[in-house]
Amino acid sequence: MLRSKQKPFEEILGYLEGDGRVFVLGCDGCAQASGTGGPVQIAEMKQKLEAGGKTVTGTDVIDFLCEKALVKSRLAPHTDEVMSADSVLVMTCGVGIQAVAASVNKQCHPGCDTQNLGGSRGEWQGSERCVECAECVLEWTGGICPLTACTKHLLSGQCGGASQGKCELAVEKDCGWELIYHRLKAIGKLDNLKRVPAAKSWSKKAPDVHILGTNHYALENPEMEEAKTE
Amino acid sequence: MSLRTDLESGKFAITAEIGPGKGTDITEIVEVAELLRGRVTAANVTDQQSSVMRLGSMVTCHLLHDHHLEPVLQMTCRDRNRIALQSDLLSAWVLGTENVLALTGDLPHLGDHKDAVPVYDLDSVQLLWVISRLNEGFDMMGNELAGKTNFFAGAVVNPGADTDASLDLQLYKMEAKIKAGAKFFQTQAVYEPDKFAKFMKRVEGFGVPVMAGVIPLKSVGMARFMNKNVSGVFVPEETIQKMAAAEDKTQTGLQLAAELMRDLKDLCQGLHIMPIGWEKKVPRLLDLAGF
Repeated sequence: MLRSKQKPFEEILGYLEGDGRVFVLGCDGCAQASGTGGPVQIAEMKQKLEAGGKTVTGTDVIDFLCEKALVKSRLAPHTDEVMSADSVLVMTCGVGIQAVAASVNKQCHPGCDTQNLGGSRGEWQGSERCVECAECVLEWTGGICPLTACTKHLLSGQCGGASQGKCELAVEKDCGWELIYHRLKAIGKLDNLKRVPAAKSWSKKAPDVHILGTNHYALENPEMEEAKTE
Repeated sequence: MSLRTDLESGKFAITAEIGPGKGTDITEIVEVAELLRGRVTAANVTDQQSSVMRLGSMVTCHLLHDHHLEPVLQMTCRDRNRIALQSDLLSAWVLGTENVLALTGDLPHLGDHKDAVPVYDLDSVQLLWVISRLNEGFDMMGNELAGKTNFFAGAVVNPGADTDASLDLQLYKMEAKIKAGAKFFQTQAVYEPDKFAKFMKRVEGFGVPVMAGVIPLKSVGMARFMNKNVSGVFVPEETIQKMAAAEDKTQTGLQLAAELMRDLKDLCQGLHIMPIGWEKKVPRLLDLAGF
């Protein structure tokens, strides 16, 4: 289970600047359990976006969004809604966002920050990985995580070590930043590469105060935890 | 003369790289400092080059400063988090170093401590931004400093990136580095002036001085090794053949480098010599090249 937290709505609106039409996706797995991207939150997000002047072309909540094959088959009936949108807002962990970005030829905005594993990982088998940095940067990198795709987990772009599109560490490993480059080029966002990204706030990775110290226990005993916080 | 005043006034500048040794013996560093003083504008000191543990860059820069050779502190993000990086920058400034070259740094896997954790808390672009903040009198969190730095900050670029995507990525990152505070660039080793001229055309508009990297060849094996293993370095076959045919490899290697330096001179604003063990031959190279 990957625990996620919704990004502040203003931050999401900032990402959607210039995008009038949005398709919103959630996940019935970890995001539902985290209370960030289940059916309830997706309905809420739709309302908030519409109140904010956006057109929501459609929504869906998929079980295990981390499974790319499932994403593609479940999105097939929504093809028109997705393709008529300017972008897709994904309210899940970083793996889900990357799985959607890899499946849809559209900018996929992260709606959540992934905080920690809170137990075991989701059921995905794909190449997308999330380090639960709690400050999702997928907005700027075309839905490919530089913290996991780049061997040096660089935020500002390629180092000088790539050769023929491969990482200097291992010839069989693609340079993560070249993958990001090609994705950004495909969605017309190469200018993102001119940003000077802020240093990461690793402190955000710490679990919420109310589960700090009893993380595992709390997740296994949610009703006791709720009683404690009330 | 100083690197800052030379590059800012448009005067052609030459830097040479010094790699500290493994251990506390500083005899060679002092000898090299004496040899290079007055011959180069400044000397870069590498920071645990190729991820091999050695004497530190900060103290070596201090030694050069003591011997009146202007140092350029190379600082990588591989081994220190943001607290240590900032603290070391303040310390280096206090010890007399005024130039910094911000680098991401090679992976530990390439060096002699392969199991070390790579830090990369910041990367080269963010480090440049941090240096700019220290110059303004603040740490990266906005806390005021009692006494600020005034570093002349530089960065690196790889003009020989071997895919279109990679070259574009280098140029985008170069722009981000300039935005973050880079005032000069030193490049990966160049062996093909024509290709380098094309690169310089593309970066002309950035208006930041570029110093072309020069590595004198020691042998055919070295050239072949770099072609195979060092990203962005390509020694043309013609040059390799000249080395192969040479009787005196050292003299030919230096002569080829000197020719290259003369060809590169009019294309950029400076040269950065990386002698890799041939530090003491730099004066001879400069003589051959006419500098």
